[in-house]
Amino acid sequence: MIEVKDLYKSYAKGKVNALNGITFSVKDGEVFGVIGPDGAGKSSLFRILVSLLLPDGGSAVMNGNDVVKDYRKVRQIIGYMPGRFSLYQDLSVEENLTFFATLFNTTIEENYHLIKDIYQQIEPFKDRRAGALSGGMKQKLALSCALIHKPEILILDEPTTGVDPVSRKEFWDMLGRLKEQGITILVSTAYMDEASRCDRIALIREGEFIASDTPQGIIDNYADILWSVEGSRMSALLDALRGHSEVKTSFAFGDKIHITVTERLQAGELKQYLSEKEFSDVRIAPIRPTVEDCFMALTN
Amino acid sequence: MKQFIAFVKKEFHHIMRDNRTLLIILGMPVVEILLFGFAINMEVQDIRVAFYDPTPDDFTTGIAERIRQNSYFNYQGNMQSMEEMEESMRKGKLDLAVVFPQKFQESMVHSGKAAVQLLSNSSDPNRGSISVTYASAIIAGFQQEHTDLIQIPFRIETENRMIYNPLMKSSYMFVPGIMGLVLMIICTIMTSVSIVREKERGTMEVLLASPLKQGTMIFAKTVPYMVISFIDFIIILLLSYFILGVPVNGNLLLLFVVAILYITLTLSYGLTVSTLVDKQVNAVIFSATTAMIPVLMLSGMIFPIDNMPMVLQTLSAIVPARWFIEAVRKVMIQGLGITMIWKEMLILIGMILFLLGVTIAKTKKRLE
Amino acid sequence: MSIKVIEVSGLTKKFGNFTAVDHITFDVEEGEIFGFLGANGAGKTTAMQMLCGISMPTAGAGTVAGYDIIKENELIKRNIGYMSQKFSLYEDLRVWENIRLFGGIYGLSDKVIATKTNALLEKLNFQKERNTLVKYLPLGWKQKLAFSVAIFHEPKIVFLDEPTGGVDPAMRRQFWEMIYEAADQGITVFVTTHYMDEAEYCNRVSIMVDGHIDALDTPAALRRQFSADSMDEVFRQLARKAKRGD
Repeated sequence: MIEVKDLYKSYAKGKVNALNGITFSVKDGEVFGVIGPDGAGKSSLFRILVSLLLPDGGSAVMNGNDVVKDYRKVRQIIGYMPGRFSLYQDLSVEENLTFFATLFNTTIEENYHLIKDIYQQIEPFKDRRAGALSGGMKQKLALSCALIHKPEILILDEPTTGVDPVSRKEFWDMLGRLKEQGITILVSTAYMDEASRCDRIALIREGEFIASDTPQGIIDNYADILWSVEGSRMSALLDALRGHSEVKTSFAFGDKIHITVTERLQAGELKQYLSEKEFSDVRIAPIRPTVEDCFMALTN
Repeated sequence: MKQFIAFVKKEFHHIMRDNRTLLIILGMPVVEILLFGFAINMEVQDIRVAFYDPTPDDFTTGIAERIRQNSYFNYQGNMQSMEEMEESMRKGKLDLAVVFPQKFQESMVHSGKAAVQLLSNSSDPNRGSISVTYASAIIAGFQQEHTDLIQIPFRIETENRMIYNPLMKSSYMFVPGIMGLVLMIICTIMTSVSIVREKERGTMEVLLASPLKQGTMIFAKTVPYMVISFIDFIIILLLSYFILGVPVNGNLLLLFVVAILYITLTLSYGLTVSTLVDKQVNAVIFSATTAMIPVLMLSGMIFPIDNMPMVLQTLSAIVPARWFIEAVRKVMIQGLGITMIWKEMLILIGMILFLLGVTIAKTKKRLE
Repeated sequence: MSIKVIEVSGLTKKFGNFTAVDHITFDVEEGEIFGFLGANGAGKTTAMQMLCGISMPTAGAGTVAGYDIIKENELIKRNIGYMSQKFSLYEDLRVWENIRLFGGIYGLSDKVIATKTNALLEKLNFQKERNTLVKYLPLGWKQKLAFSVAIFHEPKIVFLDEPTGGVDPAMRRQFWEMIYEAADQGITVFVTTHYMDEAEYCNRVSIMVDGHIDALDTPAALRRQFSADSMDEVFRQLARKAKRGD
């Protein structure tokens, strides 16, 4: 269990506030996602939790161990994967794994069952130097290294950044299987569409959690009226929608435009308005928000 | 212990797989020896020598004969006066003048000692200083033989004066200097870079977040460089012995002890540097400016300390290489024992303790 | 007939016995937003380097901005803009210093740079940040500035390598609106991304798998072709066939 209370952290003698009072807890065996853009404070938060940074205020306890006082114990029970690839590029896949196993006083054989699922995919390349692996394989190796000592808590800082959608999906599937083994997982991401893979999420922005709930709970809390507008000439359509006084926001979402509107506006009315502007083929429908819609509504 | 061994193994992998660095580490002593040693040595042939001997006797003629017959020297004749001597030297006709005092033998027998003056034309400082070294060696050999013959203890003192250039240089002096330089470069730069690289690449973050103790890591980092430095030291020793003909007059074991002390010191300095900087580039620049340049300028390797202004002399006292070079010269060239170098050794040990103290105080168990 | 600003055929790059890019053939029209997708290791970066004139193809031919990619690569460099997520601006230079630097690199006169700088800062609403060091800007702002700098010299084509990675959702959309605007002005946009919703914003999309282009069409046509609801699904179906890399 992770219990975080009122964490504060600032840099440059208080000029830059990285964390502004963060409180949350993660239950045993839960997958908790911290979701927000780069620079929101995700890495600072995680570094405090793995005992690499000291908080300016507040406390964090990992399975009963305080990250400041009991930092040695914390380092024993966590598995940490930092934001960028942090393995030895000039060592082979197997050498990296062996090294990290020894670092935690264990062996590959002892915990092979835990990483088998992931490691098997890169085992054919075990003599290849880590630097010569592709992005997805590097990430699998890094995860294997973070898991090799059978950590109680796994902390992954943006593991899917810069990784293509297919490898990202595979990665989340792996996390799902690790969760079944009872490992508590704290993970951060800038990809909003990954929120649904977590049991609970927190949306972070400028060092604060602006919402924290299950993904469904976050969506249920969405207060605006949200429509999707579909049509050709997207760019012009976007401009036209922004020109309407009852349309509060309008943003492109893939091949559609998501708009929030006031209660007064009827769909027929908007369609009429658009056809006057020569958008004849538009389809308007009320839709359920995504986590990304929620994030944008909360940060607006 | 397992952690430690795994870490040392990893460090060796890093070094062995970086071919360019490996080439530099092992090639550097060879290149430096060839550069410094041969550039000086090759020119020193055909040393034009003359003698001034106002009162010739058995000893002075004996010494003069020895020098004349040595293949490195080219005898130019006996001078009639000091003026004549200086005139030829100014005109560049002489490289070396051997000046005997009045009644050399008499003072030798009576007081047990006598002085020979060696004047070298140091407009070419290498040539000048090497001429002196050769002549001194011949005189020393002569003295050695005669001590056995006439049972009285006596000493011939050679008094060197370098005319036109007070600089003192010799290939004998360079070998300890090169040792000091190469070991400093390898230990300080390589150790600091290898630690800072982990910071820069982000691997330090993973190491810190693991149960590995900082002390284990730091100690493990130094082991491979300790080994490599010692190999380099032996390379230099072998090259200078077999190629430059620099003798090892003193105790080889004592020489190794001095080397290990100095290697430990430079490694400690590398560790200190690594706690002060975060980028590999900065580690190199910092090590180079604070370690290499003082070794070149202030250690006595090139410029003799005695000729420095007072300020620089004081400054040179904190340059570790100065004490190492002095100790090596005493042991290797002059063949002195531990009783003559205890001061240098103590200073080196003191510096090690100081640097390790700073390193421990500065080492962080977190990222900031 | 529209003008083709990129036209390549059989473009190939081998590293030893590894074929990073394997005979790709495609063209891009003027003012088009062209999405260049592919899994990690599919060969996108190598292909992009060849188009930008910084990597010599092993085989194949083509033109970029009207210049031959083999013989006139120096001219290509002068007529394109480039921006990536990793490097785009100098962090330790001020906003205006970055603009002046890149304007100067592309040979604009001081006077032109000065006028255009003012216009640019005004458009981005950045006047207050004129003297700010780039490292102090929030990521989204940085990326918007970087894009403006990449098209400052009015290139024919701008290459964007994952320009929006890690940028927050609202900023990401503002960024894409800037892309649309540039395209309206006739600048061709060649962009890679891992956000599949962004693939939908492109006029046409190509998907690379194992060094070749396996699909190339409008997003709508690709969805029909693969009977998929989204580009995400299209991508997944294609990338699953990949043998190398992951």
